[in-house]
Amino acid sequence: MTIAVSILPEHQLAALNGAYRKAVARKRLRLLAGFALFVAALIVASIGAEVNLRTLFTYFGNFISYFDRILTLDSGQRVWTDAGEWFWGWHKWLKMLGETLLISYVGTLVGATLAFCLNFFAAENTSPAPWLRFTVRRLLEFARTVPGIVFALIFVIAFGLGPMAGVLAIAIHSTGALGKLFSEIVENADMKPVEGIRSTGASWLSCMRFAVVPQVTAGYASYALLRFEINVREASVMGFVGAGGIGQELVVAIRKFYYSDVSAILLTIIVTVFIIDIATGWLRGRLFGKEART
Amino acid sequence: MTPHEVDPRELRARYPDVFDRPASARLAMPAMIVAAFAILIYGLVDLDFSPSRFLSGLSQLGWITLMMIPPDPGSSLPIYLKALGETLSIALLGTTLAAVFALPVSLLAARNIVPSKILRFPVRRFLDSIRGVDTLIWALVWINVVGLGPFAGVLAIAVSDFGAFGKLFSEAIEGADQKQVEGIRASGGSALHEIRFGLLPQVLPVIAGQVLYFIESNTRSATIIGIVGAGGIGLQLAEQIRVLEWQKVSFLILMILVAVAAIDFVSGKLRFAIIGRRAVA
Repeated sequence: MTIAVSILPEHQLAALNGAYRKAVARKRLRLLAGFALFVAALIVASIGAEVNLRTLFTYFGNFISYFDRILTLDSGQRVWTDAGEWFWGWHKWLKMLGETLLISYVGTLVGATLAFCLNFFAAENTSPAPWLRFTVRRLLEFARTVPGIVFALIFVIAFGLGPMAGVLAIAIHSTGALGKLFSEIVENADMKPVEGIRSTGASWLSCMRFAVVPQVTAGYASYALLRFEINVREASVMGFVGAGGIGQELVVAIRKFYYSDVSAILLTIIVTVFIIDIATGWLRGRLFGKEART
Repeated sequence: MTPHEVDPRELRARYPDVFDRPASARLAMPAMIVAAFAILIYGLVDLDFSPSRFLSGLSQLGWITLMMIPPDPGSSLPIYLKALGETLSIALLGTTLAAVFALPVSLLAARNIVPSKILRFPVRRFLDSIRGVDTLIWALVWINVVGLGPFAGVLAIAVSDFGAFGKLFSEAIEGADQKQVEGIRASGGSALHEIRFGLLPQVLPVIAGQVLYFIESNTRSATIIGIVGAGGIGLQLAEQIRVLEWQKVSFLILMILVAVAAIDFVSGKLRFAIIGRRAVA
């Protein structure tokens, strides 16, 4: 069987081919220019960041052997051969870990509560006045952009060393992050219930309470749980600046070269983060499942 | 039908679910809220919160804020600009390095490339454990290896992003359309051809978008790794906080905010350009 393929006359084909080639060439040129720009930026950056490949190659062995060392006990044996010796400080570490979890819990809850109070002012469809919306938005943006650990550094000086500074830092950072996410949920909410309630002569507060909140709570809970997950990680390093939690133990172990302690604490943190991830994932599924059922 | 014709008892009988919710359903929400706040109060007590400490801290904080005004770099503006440049360099280099190394590994973690679960599982757990360790911890580890300075910061960001990218890229690859890959296999392409011509054109724009987003968020991470000594503006910030030079501190914070906003703006534009190009092609 033969298939008839219609081939255009030579001069028409040449014009089309030419246009095609030109388009491809232009695209390639643009890609190449972008790539060249990127490489140039990388070179400038590597000068700025004092990148020294020779240092890296000389010391890369150190990186590998560092992991070798943190997996070796003082007696020269591998850590997993003697778990009791490896986790000799488990009592203290578990206590610090509990403190870390408590810091992230309290920080998340306080942050979520503050974000809950503020987000209705920041959302476009519920904010009572434009100037209020502008102010609240800038406030949340500030709380979100300044890293949590910078707040912790300042709070350690204001409130003294200890977990209080860590909690407040996490709370403020979470307020900023959650406030934005919460207000986005509110902006996606259905406004018809609000109209219905306003038409009965209700105040702004009643409108929020009875028309908006029932629509958005599941989304809020989901984001708050996600934030808790992130905050556990945050809280594990708050100790680096003296703001409580297991980070304090870790930074001492790393700085003083207590090798097997480093791996033990790291393992504790990683396992905790895993468990929290899985648990909050399960809880989120339950919450959304329940919402779908009713 | 006017409202007073409705008999409440009849309504009750017709919609039992609405009127007679079981006690467990009615009590669940308040019980959860009470439990949440009980843990909160326990936490506040356990973490040494006291009203007097809180109030004195607040007044202290008020003084600090007053002393921050107006922001003033003093004579160290050139040093700070250089540190800011260092921070941006750390973010750019670290993210690029992570993306370069994560791409091949993410192929190993994607379901449609490596069908065997036994092979995929260790790769995924490996990426998960890297992600479980915070960037600051990696910075401390790298400082032990290559010494203090921005280079340790680059490597710290590279390692911690490597974990995140490995996961994100493999998800992007799993989301790619298989039809194009099949087409290339049907025309006699090898496995490498399938990846190069079937997968990469679909996946690259997504990946480029993610890399840009991470450069943005790493500008923030790069500001803080300086606090443990890995270079950049965080180092200056931590130093000025420790010596209580509040005017310089507020100036540095302002610089960070402006830089982050600028990077956000630029990468937002770039991301739009890349995704727009995909929509056209």
